[in-house]
Order: sequence, then C-alpha cells, then structure tokens
Amino acid sequence: MTDQAASSRAALTDTSEGMNYLDTLPRRLVSVYLPLFVIMIVLIFPFYWMVLTAIKPDEQLIDLDNHNPFWVVTPTLKHINKLLFESNYPLWLWNTMYVSVAATILSLIASVMAAYAIVRIRYRGAQWVGASIFLAYLVPPSILFIPLATIIQAYGLFDSPLSLILVYPTILIPFSTWLLMGYFKTIPYELEECALIDGASRFQILTKIILPLAVPGLISASIFSLTLCWNEFIYALTFLSSTQNKTVPVAIVSEFVDGDIYRWGSLMAGALVGSLPLVILYSFFVEHYVSAMTGAVKE
Amino acid sequence: MTDMAGRMAAARRQTGFYDRLRVNKNWQGLWFMAPAAVILLLFLAYPLGKGVWLSFTDAKIGRSGEFIGLENYEWLGWPWWSDKDGVFWLSVFNTIVYTVVASAVKFAVGLYLALLLNEKIPFKALVRSVVLIPFVVPTVLSAIAFWWIYDSQFSIISWSLKNLGLIDQNINFLGDPNNARMSLIFANIWRGVPFIAITLLAGLQTVSPSLYEAATLDGATKWQIFRNITFPLLTPIIAVVMTFSVLFTFTDFQLVWALTRGGPVNATHLMATLSYQRAILAGNLGEGAAIATAMVPFLLLAIMVSWFGLQRRQWQQGGNDD
Repeated sequence: MTDQAASSRAALTDTSEGMNYLDTLPRRLVSVYLPLFVIMIVLIFPFYWMVLTAIKPDEQLIDLDNHNPFWVVTPTLKHINKLLFESNYPLWLWNTMYVSVAATILSLIASVMAAYAIVRIRYRGAQWVGASIFLAYLVPPSILFIPLATIIQAYGLFDSPLSLILVYPTILIPFSTWLLMGYFKTIPYELEECALIDGASRFQILTKIILPLAVPGLISASIFSLTLCWNEFIYALTFLSSTQNKTVPVAIVSEFVDGDIYRWGSLMAGALVGSLPLVILYSFFVEHYVSAMTGAVKE
Repeated sequence: MTDMAGRMAAARRQTGFYDRLRVNKNWQGLWFMAPAAVILLLFLAYPLGKGVWLSFTDAKIGRSGEFIGLENYEWLGWPWWSDKDGVFWLSVFNTIVYTVVASAVKFAVGLYLALLLNEKIPFKALVRSVVLIPFVVPTVLSAIAFWWIYDSQFSIISWSLKNLGLIDQNINFLGDPNNARMSLIFANIWRGVPFIAITLLAGLQTVSPSLYEAATLDGATKWQIFRNITFPLLTPIIAVVMTFSVLFTFTDFQLVWALTRGGPVNATHLMATLSYQRAILAGNLGEGAAIATAMVPFLLLAIMVSWFGLQRRQWQQGGNDD
C-alpha cells in the first residue's frame, strides 16, 4: 500500500515528456491547444458573465447595442454595496459559514474516529461497516428530504440552523471516512505498535501519532466538506423558513427575485459574493485537491 | 482472613475484566464508531425507512397519516393505464432523458478534457484551476448566472447570434418546453464536466509512461494506444465516477429548481422537483414520498454498476479485498 502511494506520488510529479517529442508544434496546436482553449472559454464564461454583470451599471445591463456587452465601461460597486449594506445578505453569508464550519467540524471528528477504527482497530465486521458507509454516500438527499422534514419537525428543530448542522454530516461523513481510510492506510503500522508497547491508549495514538501524519488528508476532507455544505440546497430550502435563518443559495433564489428588471445586477453580485470564498479557498489548494483525488480514487 | 482474600480475588477479577474490556478490539471499535453511527442511523437510515413508510400513508403536513397501502402508487399508475398520473410519468420521462443525455455528453467531454489536460501544456496549474471553477461555484449560484444568460430579452447568446446574423429574433430558452430541457441539460453538463475530467485525470496520471513508450515503439497509432492501453486501465475509475455522475444527475434538484421550477407546463419537472412540489408546497407528504421512493430502483441499479466496477478492479490489479 505504501509503495503504491509512493509510486502514485512519483507519477504525479513525473515531468518526463513521454512520447510527446514526436508531435510537431502545428499539430499540437490543432489537436491540443485549440480544443482546450474552446472548452475553457465555455467553462469560464458563465462565471465571467456573473462577475461582469455584478459590476455593470444598470443602463449598460439592458442596453446591449450601444455598449459592447462583453466588456464594462465605468464599472460600479453599487450592486455589491447595496447587497452588503442594504440587505440581509451579510446575515445569510454568516449563516452559511456558521452551518458549513460547524457541520464540517462535527463530521470530521466523527469520520476520523470511524476511519481509524475501520482501518486500524479492525473490530469484527469492520469491512462490512466500511462497505455500508460507502453505500451511504450513494443515498441522495432528494429521497431523504421528505421524511427528514417530518423528523426535524418532530424533534422541534424546524427553522433552526441546528437542523442543518445535524443533517449535513450524513452527506459529509461517508465521503470523509472513505477519504481518510485511504490516508490512514498509508501510515506505517510500526509507529503504532511502538506507541502501544509504550502504553499509549488508542485515543492517544490517534491524536498524537495518526492525526499529525494525516494532515493533508484532513485538509482535503475539510475543503470538500465545506464545499458540499456551501452548495447544499434542498435541505436548507425545506428546513428553513424565516428570512433571517436562510443560507445564501436559498436566500438568493427566494428573496432576491422581485420582478424588477434591474434585479440582475444585485442577483449576480449576490451570486459572486457567495462563490468568492470557495473560489479563493480552491485557488490555494487546487494541486492538493487533485492529488487527494488520486489517493481517494486509488483506494 | 478468607473474607479478605475473597474480596481481593473479586477485586482482581473485576479490574481484570475491565482491563480486558478496555483493550478489547470490538469494545474499542464500538466507541470509535459511535459518533458516526449515531448520526448516520438517526438522520440517514431511519429517514430512508421512514420515507418508504410515508409512501404507504396519507400523511399531510401537520398531520401524521394512516396506512393506506399502495394507494399512492395506484394514483401514479403505470404508463399504459388510461388514468395514470400524466405529470408523474412526464417527470419520469424527463428524468431519464436528462440523465442519459447529460451523462453521456459529460462522460465524452470529461474524458476528452482529461486527455487534453494530461498533455504537456504551459500554465498547467492555472488551467486546472480554471477547469475546476464550475465545480467550485455553488450550483444554485451558477444556475442564477445561467438564468441571466438564458434571459428571454437580454440573453447574451441571442444577442451574439443575432449580431452574427444567424437568427432573427431572441431564442425563448426557458419558455419553450424543448428549449428549456436543452438549456437545463447544457447547464448540468457545464456543472458536471470538471469533476469527471479531474477525476479521470487523476486516473490517467497513474498510468505508467513506459507503457506508452513501448506501444509507440511497436508502431501503435494514437487511437490504438487509447483503445488498448489508456481505456482499459481507466475503466475501473470510469465505472465509479460514472456511477456517481448518473446517480447525482438522476436525483438532481437544485439546478432545475433555480432555473425553471419544473415549468413551462411541467415540461422540465424531474422526479425530485415533482416530489418537492407535491410534498412540501402542496403538503401531500405521502404522495411526494411515493415519488421519491420510485427513484430507489434506479438508485439500486446504479449501485450494482458501481459494485461490479469495483470488483473488476480488484482482480485486475491482482489484489484482494483489502
């Protein structure tokens, strides 16, 4: 297992050209760069359009003929300003962050313990539990939200952020456990045996030996969890009803759509401000993320 | 004297028992599993069962229903019944079209993009971050951007095509049933391609370059290399990633809800959006639960595919279950 992980890391950083030197530049231009360029333009365009609309003055927004719509002259911060100081948006952003961070921490703790137990304590039936946690990842929220709504109602958690903090881990734990299991497997068992002989308890081994070594895995799991929470829509839409409790995705869809022809500026500003934290987070960790994905795929 | 010895023996036995229990694997495992198990049982397994139960009741919001057997399902009917629920079967049709078309295109474009990204290209890190953007931006927020792009009056696509002289009047993207379906499928593809491409790229990078070198020396063409080396080595990952893709496309909710809410005239209702409308907006929990439960067979099908994909990987690599 360790060898495999090491070789996959080596493959990731492999800079050898392979057989590419056989290709001539014009040929690569047509077969690689051109299609790549086209796909990237399509992938980036809606985001670019979102940014552009968010800083466009209203009159340029609906007048496509006198101004080039693909660019903006005299950009304005009016929409973003209105969003941050004249609406409940900061509150929604805070709700989203609060729920995401709390749910991520809760599910990280639960999945670290579960993954460690499955991989290293190897209690009876650990393999079956591992498989059923994988299956839990395949249960989509779309078939759970109706019964969950009645359960949340029965527990008296309706319209409370706590309901989301408790429910989101059902999406996060299966994924994180699966990812962390892969990481824990690559940590040499000898380290643990030494600690056991020195009289450390299982919990001490987990917090003092395994966790410091699994930091990359913990980072990937938490980034992925944060994204999933931030992105989650159907539970937040079903469980929250009052304006001040909503998360950004739900609030944008339900509170911002007022039929005003000029609403697009503030809608796009809302979408932009809501996406920026994640975009920034990912731009720091993109390489990390890709390698974590390799690890998870190989498990 | 004997009393004291007896007490000591009892104490020894007791500490012995706890000591043994404390280092017992199964006992430790139980405690380590407890947090995850409680959450998953309470908020995943229990609702899953309760959803099926609700579909056999006439529960409404604020009223726990009574058992009515298969009545909810009888209302839905079969496609060949004359008194079937037309909207439900339309949503099934939409869901299948949506899943099949979007997944097929996502797979093709995703694999192609992964192959392109695996080439030696300048600014690799930058290109990868750009490719990941649709995946990172929350779905609802990018759906809002698509809503603006698909606007009936100020759509940038209509404007561009008009200026290029290809069309005379604005395209009614979300107002016409077929246009709305295609617009949603496109938005879904846009959202899904990066995940597939990056995962397949991760798989591609584990393929040893020496295999390609050997094949090139043997005179293999690019297509032969792809067909006989890359694709077979990639099939296990493709199986897993496509299972997830199909599963999440099939149960998609947020994109449709943000863009069309099932309209125009129910033309874009998926099973998930229809069950939300019936259960939460109209208050018929039982009926909504029946529609949601009707998704389960498809779900099982996807899980089976994933299972056999994983099995195949294990014997391909000559490993065991570990």
